[in-house]
Amino acid sequence: MNTHYDVVVIGAGVCGAAIARRLSAYELKVALVEKEVDVSFGVSKANSGIVHGGFHHSTKSLKSKLEVQGNRMFDQLKEELHFPFERCGILVVAFSTEEMRTVEQLYRQGVANRAVGIELCNRERILMLEPKLNNDVVGGLFAPAGGIIEPYRLVFSLVECAQQNGVEVLLNWEVSSAVDQGSYYTLKNQKGETIEADYVVNAAGLYTDRISALFGAEEYKIVPRKGEEFLMDRNAKAYTRRVIFPVPDPLSKGTLVIPTVEGTTMIGPTAEMIEDKEDTTTTRDNFEKAFYSARRLVPAVSERDIITSFTGLRPTIAGDDFYIDYSRKVPRFIHVAGIQSPGLTASPAIGEYVKHLLKKRGIRLVEKPDWKPSIAEVPRIRELSPFDADQLIATDPSYGEIVCRCENISEKEIVEAIRRGHVTLDGIKFYTRAQMGRCQGGFCTYKILKILQRETGMTIDEITKRGKDSFVVTSRIGELAVGATVEGAV
Amino acid sequence: MRQEHYDVAVIGGGSAGMAAAISLAQRGKSVVLFEREEVLGGILLQCIHNGFGLHHFKEELTGPEYAERVSKTLEELPVTVFVGSTVMHMEEAHAGEGKIVYAYSREHGIVMAEVRAVVLAMGCRERNRGNIGTPGTRPAGVYTAGLAQRLVNVEGYIPGKEVVIVGSGDIGLIMARRMTWVGAKVKAVVEIQPYPAGLTRNIVQCLNDFSIPLYLSHIVSEIHGKNRVEAVTITPMVDGMPDTQRSFRVDCDTVLLSVGLVPDNEVSKKLGVQLNPETNGALVDSRLMTNVPGVFACGNVLHVHDLVDFVTEESTRCGEYVAEYLDGVRPAAQHRVVAGSNVKYVLPNWYDRSHDNRFYLRPMVVKNRAELQVRLDGHVIKTKVLKHVQPSEMIALALDEKDLGDGAAQGDLRLEIAIV
Amino acid sequence: MDNTKREMVCIACPVGCHLTVSTAEDGSVVVEGNRCQRGVEYGREELLAPKRVVTATLAVSRGKSPRVPVKTDAPLLKAFIPGLLDQVYNMEIAAPVALGMVVLENIGGTGVRLVTTRSVLEVRAI
Repeated sequence: MNTHYDVVVIGAGVCGAAIARRLSAYELKVALVEKEVDVSFGVSKANSGIVHGGFHHSTKSLKSKLEVQGNRMFDQLKEELHFPFERCGILVVAFSTEEMRTVEQLYRQGVANRAVGIELCNRERILMLEPKLNNDVVGGLFAPAGGIIEPYRLVFSLVECAQQNGVEVLLNWEVSSAVDQGSYYTLKNQKGETIEADYVVNAAGLYTDRISALFGAEEYKIVPRKGEEFLMDRNAKAYTRRVIFPVPDPLSKGTLVIPTVEGTTMIGPTAEMIEDKEDTTTTRDNFEKAFYSARRLVPAVSERDIITSFTGLRPTIAGDDFYIDYSRKVPRFIHVAGIQSPGLTASPAIGEYVKHLLKKRGIRLVEKPDWKPSIAEVPRIRELSPFDADQLIATDPSYGEIVCRCENISEKEIVEAIRRGHVTLDGIKFYTRAQMGRCQGGFCTYKILKILQRETGMTIDEITKRGKDSFVVTSRIGELAVGATVEGAV
Repeated sequence: MRQEHYDVAVIGGGSAGMAAAISLAQRGKSVVLFEREEVLGGILLQCIHNGFGLHHFKEELTGPEYAERVSKTLEELPVTVFVGSTVMHMEEAHAGEGKIVYAYSREHGIVMAEVRAVVLAMGCRERNRGNIGTPGTRPAGVYTAGLAQRLVNVEGYIPGKEVVIVGSGDIGLIMARRMTWVGAKVKAVVEIQPYPAGLTRNIVQCLNDFSIPLYLSHIVSEIHGKNRVEAVTITPMVDGMPDTQRSFRVDCDTVLLSVGLVPDNEVSKKLGVQLNPETNGALVDSRLMTNVPGVFACGNVLHVHDLVDFVTEESTRCGEYVAEYLDGVRPAAQHRVVAGSNVKYVLPNWYDRSHDNRFYLRPMVVKNRAELQVRLDGHVIKTKVLKHVQPSEMIALALDEKDLGDGAAQGDLRLEIAIV
Repeated sequence: MDNTKREMVCIACPVGCHLTVSTAEDGSVVVEGNRCQRGVEYGREELLAPKRVVTATLAVSRGKSPRVPVKTDAPLLKAFIPGLLDQVYNMEIAAPVALGMVVLENIGGTGVRLVTTRSVLEVRAI
């Protein structure tokens, strides 16, 4: 007997998670299915972590409407879901009168979009707002409502809240076929398992085109736009007070200098249209491009401070807007496609918007009387004073065991991540920040491997970095024949 | 919260911290030592190969033996040791010259130690893939050599079966032999410089013994593999530029990085300790004191040593200096020491004309029959002929009052040490 | 293995002379390229009977650490090394383990012993 859901949301990125949480407020049986081993492991994990200011996109677009609406929802969301978020403000900086003209255009667009608090800045004002800017700056734009966020933490919190309110999360569940049974769909995965859904929301990120085709819905093509990001040490001199944007070009918002909400600095993203949806390689060329652009904004940016780099892929679609609509070809099917920037900012509003679309297509929404919008906050030892930390350790000694010395993460925080289902090294990294600091796991990986084995019962050779066959360790001593290798020696 | 008072807090229980604590306790000072791990010994415990102690113990020991000998000595002295305790904060005490050190542990919660002096002995960390910017995918199977060493030697786990090692530093070479000895196949060691970064003895015994190819003047220009490492691209360097036409691919499931060590000074910054950008260690005077009075540094947190024996020597001496500081001894006027031609750095960064001074310096060049020159005010005041210098071998140099000339000399008192 | 002529780097000191070591017709060993007498001794031994100190780990039951490091107490003929390693990896000893404990005697009849290089305490049953 197949499990039957009112709604199946395909893709546990930030959109799928926001939609699932929104739907969890109603008397509906909802599943969130994800092909990866953990949520947020697709497009959302390599996001720049910006809550945008509402001035980059045309007033006529759905993008700008959802961006501005989504931006306003973050304060309450943070109260409820405790993810790291701060409205540090966004600056767009111009280095010529010509660039300044583009900035003025952005300003007018922002005003029309009703972006909160947006202003034009002269040279002195912009340098006061950010003293680390290149002295050649001539002026710019300030969007105080813009902010910074930990993208995966937002997804994790949204999913945790959704789960707490009854949403089922199916991981390692890649939709491989779909059949319309008349009043519901049957979805089959790569292992041959099936589930049933009255309604389907396609939030599959880079693969929304493939999912749409499986259901016989509209044809479109998602083209990945590759963006490399460079993460720098928390002591980097380039750490600014606000997010610094260059004047945008037609392809993207440009390479930014981002003070991350966790106190590190990030440079990126680059922008390059590619074909391969799995191509997350980093290249020397992009490194040079990113640093060249970033140093033009903030001269203190230094290669010496890099601790890691990674690549994200934005799912772009023809036209310059999100494609969020119900299918005109097949029933009970919603597209959430082409969600590139400012998708993260818009995501809470996308949740709301998709709820309305489902309602329009006939779903019955009855509010749950006991819906809980908040999740429990897991204290982080490094955010507490020694006095408060001491009391916390008294209640649970594993808060006193510092596993990650770079980011100061306790064993308790690792265990909390594992208990929420983040059972890969990357999952633990994104939830706790352990392995994300300057040593990049050099010191803490073996400790995390031990905790994972103890908490999950997995053996060492079952543990992966991020699912599939990304195994961390291949063997134990004694399992490989030594004689064979050493014998050949001179 | 547990509040305690001591003369000195030593941060770190590896070879440096233990030696400093021993030295202080032998001079009658009350000492508290904080160690993150459950046992004393630090990184020595995973260095199960031999070659330690020839200078200090006059015999060849393995890392664990060296650590255990030193910790035995420590155990016999009245030093308060907190293991499993991580120092997360340090601050100036509200009154007087004291410092407050906060250590976090499972067993004791927060221990707040008020002390008159602090010895920084936290050691170093490994440079990683991000630091050298190796392009490619980001699969599992890329580890620093030290992490691999810990996994193999302490936990008994083998990270992979076919290995390429980036960098020919000693840890990388030692790991090449270790991986071979546990049954893995080491397919290449790739070094960007035209000469090996590690000791010749390790090249011979860790690579040549197993016919492991060493590619000098080569880089790993790309890492391949979606989930787990599948291969690397190796590219020769010609005149400092990668010659991509001659790139070749080596299949492997593991990449180990041995691309240098960096002093781990994050906690030091909480007390306002100034660092030397060349070493990432503290700037210290002739008595190994940082710019913050009462805060001293020794061992690999000050600069990366190539022999633990030197760490023990330097840290023992540091303990003496701290003891004298506590007794009210203050050094005379100090003058800067600068690294001259072909020298990467010299430590300490200041010298004292009224005392004997002991320096450690690291050459930037490989050279037979090199001359070490000490210059003061434009004049060469001392020379020393060295049979062989190379960046992987630190040079020790002692200067006494006599070398430094009569105390009345005027002019530029900066001391420059160069290799010509 | 061709014992007649070999290139090697002397590691008796950091200079690292490149030696050419060969066997003369009368059976004596000829070392060239050395800058001092130590090079001759090094080259001769490397050619005739190369030996290495072996270090490894073996499993410990009920120990605070899962493995204990060991070493040979003298350099061992290289030919014996693979066999020794395979043997060591299949051994297990019970905690507590003292430093310097002899684990194997007279390896391959050479008189070389395998000894522990760290003490391992026993985990107390709770």
